[in-house]
Amino acid sequence: MFFPISGAHISPVYLVIVGFLIGILGGFFGVGGSFIAGPALRAVGLDWNFAVGTDLAHIVGKSVVAAKRHRALGNVDLRLGLIMALGTIGGAEVGAQLIQMLKRAGNVNLVVSIVSIAVYLSISTFMIWESRKTLKSQRRRSSKAKVKGLTAKKKDKSAFGHVSRAIQRLKIWPMIALPTSGVKGISLWVILLVAFVGGLFSGFLGGGAGYIRMPSMVYVLGIPTHLAVGTDLFEIIISASYGTLSHAVKGNVDILIALVMHTGAAIGAQIGAISTQYFAGPKIRLAFVPLPLIGAAIVIYTLVSGHKL
Amino acid sequence: MKSDTAKTLRAFLIELVIYALLVVGYFFLVLHFLGEGLHRLEIQHRNTYAAVAILLIIGQAVVLESVTTLLLRLLRGRSE
Repeated sequence: MFFPISGAHISPVYLVIVGFLIGILGGFFGVGGSFIAGPALRAVGLDWNFAVGTDLAHIVGKSVVAAKRHRALGNVDLRLGLIMALGTIGGAEVGAQLIQMLKRAGNVNLVVSIVSIAVYLSISTFMIWESRKTLKSQRRRSSKAKVKGLTAKKKDKSAFGHVSRAIQRLKIWPMIALPTSGVKGISLWVILLVAFVGGLFSGFLGGGAGYIRMPSMVYVLGIPTHLAVGTDLFEIIISASYGTLSHAVKGNVDILIALVMHTGAAIGAQIGAISTQYFAGPKIRLAFVPLPLIGAAIVIYTLVSGHKL
Repeated sequence: MKSDTAKTLRAFLIELVIYALLVVGYFFLVLHFLGEGLHRLEIQHRNTYAAVAILLIIGQAVVLESVTTLLLRLLRGRSE
């Protein structure tokens, strides 16, 4: 199929399958999936600028579907999502400026590659440690409960929960409540800071940076995993729409490719979103671990081979 | 429990087939007509193109979500 805007010939079946797979990942983990979509579009000859912009447009559509489904399941905190969108957009702008500075200095590729590998590996290592520790302690608790003849209450516990509780106790005005997420009070600045850092990485490394934002919502803000996934998707709608508009004005979006990809993503995102109901928070977090590792592998391949995927 | 899973799986597979037919129709009808117009808009009025692009992807998302939800509800209702 010929796509006149980007001048590319791409099989629509390929686009639908890629969209479907990314849709499942997005619905289940609350990520945009640009670390797979970007290389997948590049692999069929789409220019890098079109791959980035078109991927963002497709992420908007997929996130609308997945967030609607998560909202129906009660997994979206609208207040938190709107506040985070502000921080993300601010961070993304600063990240993009940093990239421009590094471009002028002439060492953008090496710096971005090293930072991204370090970030991806740190997130994966930390999440393996935390989710395994949490699962072990849950098993111990449930066996004790069985001895006492009690049923263990299904709660989204985290081995890192004491840190998020300490962060919630920081009294930096203004404090806000997030009743949907079960947070009685948290400083607005902490939420904005978490979103800003996510946006910074998004502008700096490309993509939606859901691999940073979703874990930091769980570990720093203390949001239950299912709500973090749904709220992150809602937040991605706003931030990716902003990114799409910005890229479309610069001529980097082939909306026809995005529309075709999205037909697969729409159904994949629903499957992913519904599947979260069958897994406990720590298991979702453990299953999340390979995603940043795939991102790291792609960057290492790019560094070693010199080919940008 | 097992028959419930089988029913859901069957409904889902039927939904996939109907959905695939709709998508193929969509490719040939909608994208064929939209392609040239959007290409011209992208060259001549970049800002309008940006706004139309975002509206199109959000509009498609809302429509497809409603279609899949409706299909699933219809099929599940019929198999019960």
